[in-house]
Amino acid sequence: MTAIAEGAEVTSKRRATPAEKRATVIGIVLIALAAFTFWAFGLGVTSGLESKFNLSLPGARFDDLSWTVNSRMVGFVVSLILAFLGGMTLRRSHLKWTNLGLSIGLGLFAFSFLTWAAADGSFSLVGMLTSTVVLSVPVTLGALTGLMCERVAVINIAIEGQLLTSAFVGTIVGSAAGIWVGLVAAMLTGAILGAVLAVLAIKYRIDQIIAGVVINIFALGITSFLARRVLSASQELNSPGRFGSIKIPILGDIPVIGPMFFDHNMFVYVTFILVIALHFGLFYTRWGLRSRSVGEHPKAADTVGINVYRTRYRNVILGGLIAGFGGAFLTLAQVSRFEENLTAGIGFIGLAALIFGRWRPLGVLGAGLVFGFARALQQKLGILGTPIPSEFLSMTPYIVTLIVVAGVVGRARPPAADGQPYIKD
Amino acid sequence: MSDTAPPEDPQNTPLPDMVPQEEAPSQKDGDPRKSDMYRRVTGIGTSARQAMLVPALALLTALIIGAFIIAVTDVDTLPLWGSDPGEALKATVTGIFDAYKALFVGSVGSLDAISETLFAATPLILAGLAVAVGFQAGLFNIGVNGQMHIGGMAALWVGFTFAIPAVFHIPLVLAAALVGGALWAGLAGLLKARTGAHEVITTIMLNFIALFLVDYLLKSSLFQAPGRNDPISAPANPSSVFTTLFGDYRVNIGFIIALAAVAIVWWLMYRTTVGFEFRAVGANPSGGRYAGMSVAWIYVSVMAVSGALAGIAGANQIVAVEPYRAISNFAGNIGFDAIALALLGRSHPVGVLFAGLLFGALRAGGREMQGAAGIPIDLVLVLQALIIVMIAAPELVRSIYRVKTPDQEITTVTTSGWGG
Repeated sequence: MTAIAEGAEVTSKRRATPAEKRATVIGIVLIALAAFTFWAFGLGVTSGLESKFNLSLPGARFDDLSWTVNSRMVGFVVSLILAFLGGMTLRRSHLKWTNLGLSIGLGLFAFSFLTWAAADGSFSLVGMLTSTVVLSVPVTLGALTGLMCERVAVINIAIEGQLLTSAFVGTIVGSAAGIWVGLVAAMLTGAILGAVLAVLAIKYRIDQIIAGVVINIFALGITSFLARRVLSASQELNSPGRFGSIKIPILGDIPVIGPMFFDHNMFVYVTFILVIALHFGLFYTRWGLRSRSVGEHPKAADTVGINVYRTRYRNVILGGLIAGFGGAFLTLAQVSRFEENLTAGIGFIGLAALIFGRWRPLGVLGAGLVFGFARALQQKLGILGTPIPSEFLSMTPYIVTLIVVAGVVGRARPPAADGQPYIKD
Repeated sequence: MSDTAPPEDPQNTPLPDMVPQEEAPSQKDGDPRKSDMYRRVTGIGTSARQAMLVPALALLTALIIGAFIIAVTDVDTLPLWGSDPGEALKATVTGIFDAYKALFVGSVGSLDAISETLFAATPLILAGLAVAVGFQAGLFNIGVNGQMHIGGMAALWVGFTFAIPAVFHIPLVLAAALVGGALWAGLAGLLKARTGAHEVITTIMLNFIALFLVDYLLKSSLFQAPGRNDPISAPANPSSVFTTLFGDYRVNIGFIIALAAVAIVWWLMYRTTVGFEFRAVGANPSGGRYAGMSVAWIYVSVMAVSGALAGIAGANQIVAVEPYRAISNFAGNIGFDAIALALLGRSHPVGVLFAGLLFGALRAGGREMQGAAGIPIDLVLVLQALIIVMIAAPELVRSIYRVKTPDQEITTVTTSGWGG
């Protein structure tokens, strides 16, 4: 008897595992969100108001689709679901589902927020989701660049500079020789900067973060210099035209999903294909296994005959090609002219998305979509005129990253050898 | 070394993991005391000639590459190369000569130019010190930009809220800037200490957050200039403004404050136990931990000191620059130039001072170059990037100029990977 009692006491006093601690924190967060939703998006809305979500873009095959909900009711229902999710998470019985619960909870919270913002009005839901996808593209591509480099243990802070320079080169070459040539030139530019980073980091063993910072300063300096000295004098070099949308037959006509995924320019499709290809490449091919081993334990990789230096050079340069592709997207698809410091931090958000996505292609895509959603929300809410200052919405992705990096939502683990130069004996 | 130096003197106590570097005897310096003295002042391991060689060659190479960039981007002259190469060469050389002459004249060519150089160097020195303190402790504070914004806004608030004599007002402004910057950076330090979040990511994120926070504040009733709709703040009161040192010349007491900061940082880093702990943890965190230091506490305090310096640099951008108001992104690129500067100064306060003067000169001269010779000031950024890359990879310079590798490599800075 006593032994059993003692055993029970030991169990109750044992320290909570990190996963259990996280579940507690997340459970409390979810319940707090539930309370807030109840108060702000439920009680905060005058009863009887309706929110209308437009589900088709003007001119679509099935136009005039919309979905109208009772604004206050949505607040109450979402609050209930959040409280349920929070309670389940607090029970700590299904630790595997903690993240899923949190994701669903945050998604519902965002939906409830939109309903509140659109109360007594209408809101183009499909328009916002479509721009979410478009805005996620440069962030995702930037993060994939970082992924290629960091998986072989080369930290790439220079993504911003690579995007900026290739956007610039893409503009000039695109204006002079056509957009396809511009695209190739932009990708080569990204690759060249990648090669510079690789040489500095691998051959000269400069601190990789410093090498990246230098490339960023150089990129900002040289593109601004040339934009003022060359582009301002010859404006014809600053209008490259752009890649148009390619609507995929049948699929593109599906309501909501069609405009979101199947009616975009080539860059968007390639980005999705690239994410899937990199996922399979990294986890199911010899190349991926070798790359990962070089990033995790270069010495062991070297011992079994993998050429560490060559693997690093190759992946950093391939990453540069991806960055160049992203830079081309900015000036050859999104807008069709170059302006000084056009990237304005997208590369750094990409870096954040890489960490948010935990160094995995699919995670990176998810993170890219979250950042894209935040930016799309910020653009569209300006139209609705909510009382929330747009600056705070702009801040959200960075605050979220800060929280993610700080480990509240689970510790992100980089490749083990990340940032360390390898010296072959 | 340990037996020659009494352990209670933090100055001479060897840092864990750095012993061989400091200890390695230099055959060229006959007098060990002299070299020790030199090392103490400059923090650089070898002789003055050796220490200056790489930076000087880096500057020279950067200027040569800059000249090349000016030449190939001269759109008016380029077509001339086909028809009249002689004339084209003449025009190109004249163009480069005019540009560099303007760079020189604008930075040191007159009393006004020198004043402009010191004026431009002031925030650079302060921000460079902020980065350097971090580097010495093994932390990469890339968030100087955000800390400048927060410190600057705090200074501005004190600047326009109070109307008290300048003798009290200016110190109050400095204190507000210091606290603002220290808190903002301390947050990154705290996150690193508590959760292991890498300071590079957290400070980049804090930069963006500060940027948007400033944008918001500039439109709030607290800061916005009365009667304005655009994001611009009310001006600081005249009593809070940094007075100029020589009448109409723009150089002001901000420069004196920067000099004082150099002295204080030097004293802190090389004359106090705290500074010794900073450097020890920077050299080897596990060594520091093993020696009984609280590495977590050191991370927080290093970031706070660094942020305090950045905050003062931010205040300088408000109360030393007409019209003494805040606008969106008023810290500009200084926070990132500061990284270059700390590298160039090898993270030593005196080195940062000289590097700050050099960059200040490039800034002031660059403006003249843009005005008189029509060369965009952004060339200065390119020169800076080239200088740093060659400082960070001395092998690069040595292989270009075929200089012998010194007996001991001067290692400047190493930051750790994401794992922290």
